[in-house]
Amino acid sequence: MAENNTSLFHEFKKGLWQDIPPFRLVLGTCPALAVTNSVINGVSMGLATLFVLLSANIIISAIRKYVTSQVRIGVYVVIIALLVTVTDLFLAAEFPPISKALGPYVPLIIVNCIILGRAEAFAQRNPVVPSIMDALGMGIGFTMSLFTMGLIRELLGFGSILKVKILGGWFEPWIVMILPAGAFMVFGGLVALVNYITHRRSGT
Amino acid sequence: MNNVTKMFLNLIIVGAFSGAVLAWVFHLADPLIQANREKELKESIFKVLPEAKDYRKAEKGLAGENIVVYLGLDEDKKPVGVAFKADGGGFQGNVGVMVGLDLEYQSLKGVEILDQLETPGLGDRIRETEFKEQFKGVEVRPRLEYIKYRKPEKPNQIQAITGATISSKAVVTNINKAVEKVLAAFPQGEISTIPAEAAAPEASPHETGGDR
Repeated sequence: MAENNTSLFHEFKKGLWQDIPPFRLVLGTCPALAVTNSVINGVSMGLATLFVLLSANIIISAIRKYVTSQVRIGVYVVIIALLVTVTDLFLAAEFPPISKALGPYVPLIIVNCIILGRAEAFAQRNPVVPSIMDALGMGIGFTMSLFTMGLIRELLGFGSILKVKILGGWFEPWIVMILPAGAFMVFGGLVALVNYITHRRSGT
Repeated sequence: MNNVTKMFLNLIIVGAFSGAVLAWVFHLADPLIQANREKELKESIFKVLPEAKDYRKAEKGLAGENIVVYLGLDEDKKPVGVAFKADGGGFQGNVGVMVGLDLEYQSLKGVEILDQLETPGLGDRIRETEFKEQFKGVEVRPRLEYIKYRKPEKPNQIQAITGATISSKAVVTNINKAVEKVLAAFPQGEISTIPAEAAAPEASPHETGGDR
């Protein structure tokens, strides 16, 4: 039992640093580049992804024994698209302000390869409970990554954090940071930083 | 059961199940979504015509297009301005603007962004108050214009958002086009009378209290 708990915890923890998306596990770079020009955008996308990832992992690991391997991708894509569309409709019907703020992100989750990636790499080979832990870890790790990118880009691009001005009038905003080019710079910088820390720790 | 049959069954079951769930959710959500849109439209009319307490809808066909305007009315049922929706392409999709215009068709009373799919953090800043506020009192004739990096100099100019010129331009262009259409469909001076005729005969001011 104790061993079982440790391995469950490991499934959760690996998404937070060891395999943190998108820096270590290079999946989901698309939304990480596209919607992280402010903290709130990054976190909204992260949380929406977490929700869809969790539901997709649960369903896919539950039906994993009945899916023929040749058509599994098709089956997974249909399930993920269903979850995303239902989320989108639900938000538009019940929480119009949130739906307006998230606008184009929700449909973007369908093409977020983290979800298909975790379905392929984890949920289709593991029971439901480890799949839940995997989804939570990966989802939270992804949200943290997007938060960090949003923080750096918003601070340098607008001089603010969460729309609150932090840097005074002397600061000339780096417009490039909120444009796509800035996303690549921050992404590259963070991948390098994460790799550097990992290598230093392992002493190589 | 051979593999091919299994593959077919897999896809058929998943497809049918997803389709059914989606149809059911859509059936539940659609009326709510429509109601939300309706509510948002109403609220935006009162936002772009701040003096209005009530409004009347008027429609007119023009070159195969149905032009809809909302005539804003104050407490005494006097027209205070006209509101209409301006749609058109933006950077990534439709940009729908609710426009509030004075009765002389000369200057704007306010604008509100209803629909947009612009880039988050850049183009979608057209929804921010600072951008919308600057339209107040700006003249739409001969044309509304935008200017970059500087404060507007002429009475018909607004300042575009840095890094989001295309989205800012879309708002300006859509307003210009819509003003033109409304002007053609409801010539100046006619605007305050047409909707009144279209509505039921007006009661005298003393009796209005009993209405609705």
